[in-house]
Formats: sequence, structure tokens, C-alpha cells
Amino acid sequence: MCVAVPGKIVKINGDYAKVNVMENLTDVNIKLVKADIGDYVLIHAGCAIEVLKEEVAKEIMDLFLELQEVLEDET
Amino acid sequence: MKLEQVIKALKEYDGEPVKIMEVCGTHTKSIFQSGIRTIISPKIQLISGPGCPVCVTSPAYIDHLTDLSLKEKYCVLTFGDMMKVKGTKLSLTEAKAMGAQVKVLYSPLAAIAEAERNLDTQYVFAAVGFETTTPIYALLLDEIRKRKIKNLKLATSIKTILPALSFICENETSIDAFLSPGHVSVITGSKIYKGLASTYHKPFVVAGFEGEHILAAIYEIMSQLKGKRYEVRNLYSNAVTEEGNQKAERLINQYFEEANGIWRGIGMIEQSALKLKEEYKEYDAGSREEEIIEELPKGCRCADVILGRIQPVECPLFQKVCTPLHAVGPCMVSAEGACGIWYQNS
Ligand code: SF4
Repeated sequence: MCVAVPGKIVKINGDYAKVNVMENLTDVNIKLVKADIGDYVLIHAGCAIEVLKEEVAKEIMDLFLELQEVLEDET
Repeated sequence: MKLEQVIKALKEYDGEPVKIMEVCGTHTKSIFQSGIRTIISPKIQLISGPGCPVCVTSPAYIDHLTDLSLKEKYCVLTFGDMMKVKGTKLSLTEAKAMGAQVKVLYSPLAAIAEAERNLDTQYVFAAVGFETTTPIYALLLDEIRKRKIKNLKLATSIKTILPALSFICENETSIDAFLSPGHVSVITGSKIYKGLASTYHKPFVVAGFEGEHILAAIYEIMSQLKGKRYEVRNLYSNAVTEEGNQKAERLINQYFEEANGIWRGIGMIEQSALKLKEEYKEYDAGSREEEIIEELPKGCRCADVILGRIQPVECPLFQKVCTPLHAVGPCMVSAEGACGIWYQNS
């Protein structure tokens, strides 16, 4: 039930934004976040719950850079 | 470090057996879809936790919803996941077949338009969920008040994840580490796991939902355990901060207060629920959370599944008597329930 999907804001109209989610435009409430046009937001049950900092692909690359090499010598 | 090195290390791991609980059903799903279990060492066991709000909803609450839905001029609004979960008598699907008014919405905020369209119907939103969904109920309440809507209330069964994790740390000592729920953490921040990590000596790693995210998190957990470090580590920093979404937290605190919560199969966990504050009781269609504790259907081992004592396949009813079409327990009903996910992927 806690599923959330990312989407990119294309237009803002008050508390609502038009968000591109996998090439579909949906209306999303943006009252819980401070978002601008062009931002990626994480959407749950019709609401943006957070502004995403980077595109996902880049984040996964950074993620692996962050991991320490400690397991290998043990096994 | 490269992904291939991470996979190699996890595959070749041959130390002490390790049990990692993925708290959230969306992680369970993603672990299956990315085939992670088949590429890591059998000594690293991944088990599902209590992170499906539908699965832990008490039968008394479902009874309350079906009773309301059958009342004259009442309509229950709900997320689709809740439709097939049984109370002691009926599910919402069965109530609907008997003529009750039940409608599935994808967002609680869509309830506003329903209520404004049919002023002579009393609408009740089945407000179920964890921290991820609670701020949206708060937004809904804001909107109800702003528009002075009189025919829309909430029947709440809202739970918070930390007391449940604390219960598991206290009672299920065989679990070595936790993959923290990503979208709950978006709201609460990664800070909430700190106390448990240091008290119980368990790594808590916040992760996203891609296969790579989860592999990185498992690797981080394994390295913490090896180095005898028990820390909170946030590997989903794209969406999760240490402090969480403060605006959402403020809204939650404006409308809701802590209460004891009933978890189906587990029983009462103190201060693990949120209910509407007294001053907002005109928007409360009642919650029977604290009233009754029922047993699970005969033979169903959902409680053991939720607490990570067994995997769904170890339940004698799994796939034989209990399937998504004829679900015995709530873990099989919900798309996020551990038994349902195992069934779909086995
Ligand atoms: S397989 Fe069915 S009966 Fe067994 S624990 Fe899961 S939901 Fe309950």
C-alpha cells in the first residue's frame, strides 16, 4: 500500500500540478512539498510526498561508490 | 565498489547464517522480481515483515466498515486492497454484493468530489495505512474543513511502524538486521531507527526499491554485521532525509494522536496507532481498533509470517487451501502481503 512512483512536474496550478508519470500526465496534489516545474517528485495516493534530489540512475551509481569493501576478504 | 563485486561478495558469503527482515511489502515484491534470492548466498535469508497495512488490519475494523456500508444512505470509500479482506462476517466485496455502497478510490483526496456531488449520502473513507499515507488523510481533513463538507468522515486504522519494529526487536531475537521501509522513511526520516539500532544492536538500512538498491543495502548490512557496527544508514538519499518531510509530520501531529493499535495476528502493540484528536471528532466515523482481539482464521499462520518466524511456503495451507482467489488470511489477500507476493512469484 505504500507504493510510490516518481514523476516530473510539467505545470503547476495552486495546490495541484500536472505530473508526467511514465509518459502519462496526472494531476497530483503538491501541498506536502516545495516543488517547482521540472522537479521530480515521489507520488503516493495522488500526492507528492517528496521532491527527488537526482535522477534515479545517477543515484544508483553514487550508491555503489559509497559502499566500503569489507566482505570479500572474509569468505 | 562495483555492482559485480557486491554480487560476488554476497554470493560467496559463507559465514554465520544471517536473517534480514525487509519490513515493507514493496521490497518483498522487488526482491522477487529482481531474483535477488537466487543470486545471493543461501546463508543470507531475507524474510518479510509487518509492512503491509492491509494485512495487519483487525477484523473488528473491517466489520465496522461493512456495517457502515450497509447502512441506509452511507457509502464507504476505500483503497482497492481493502476490498477482499475479511472481517468476522464479511469483506467489503461481499457487502457490496449484498447491496452496500462501496467505492474504490485511488486517492483519499478524490473523496472530496464524491462528497460534494452527493450531498445526501454520508461518505466514510477507510483510512488505513502507515506514515506514508497518514499525511494525505491530514490533507483531506484540511480540505474537508476548508470547504465545510459535512458528509465525509474518516474511519481510521492508521498504524506507525516504529512500535511494531520495536516489538519485533524485543520478541524475535533471531532477526539480525532490518531493511527499513523506504516510503515510510520519506515521511519520518531515517532518524527514527537510531534508538532501535543502538539498543538492540541491529543495522537498519534505508533502501530504495530497484534491485541494485536492495543489493547495496544487503551488502551494507553484511559489512556492518562483520564489523560489529549497528548503525542507521540511508542508501535512499535521493528521497529520504534524516529529518523526513517535516511539513507532513506537522500536519499529522495537528490532526492525530497516538493510541494503542491492534495488529491482526499479533494483538495489541502500545502506542502503535494514530487516531483523530478529540477536537476533530466530528470527522471521526469511529475506529474499533482497541475493542476486540480475534484469532486468525483456523490454520492461518499470518502472525508467524508477519513476525518473520516462517516464510509463507512453510504455512501448511499455502497454495493448497489458501490462494489469492480463496484467501484464508489477509497476507494472501493484499497485493503487498507476503503470502500473496510469494504465491504470484512461485
Ligand atoms: S498462506 Fe494463507 S493461511 Fe497461510 S499464513 Fe498465508 S494467508 Fe495465512
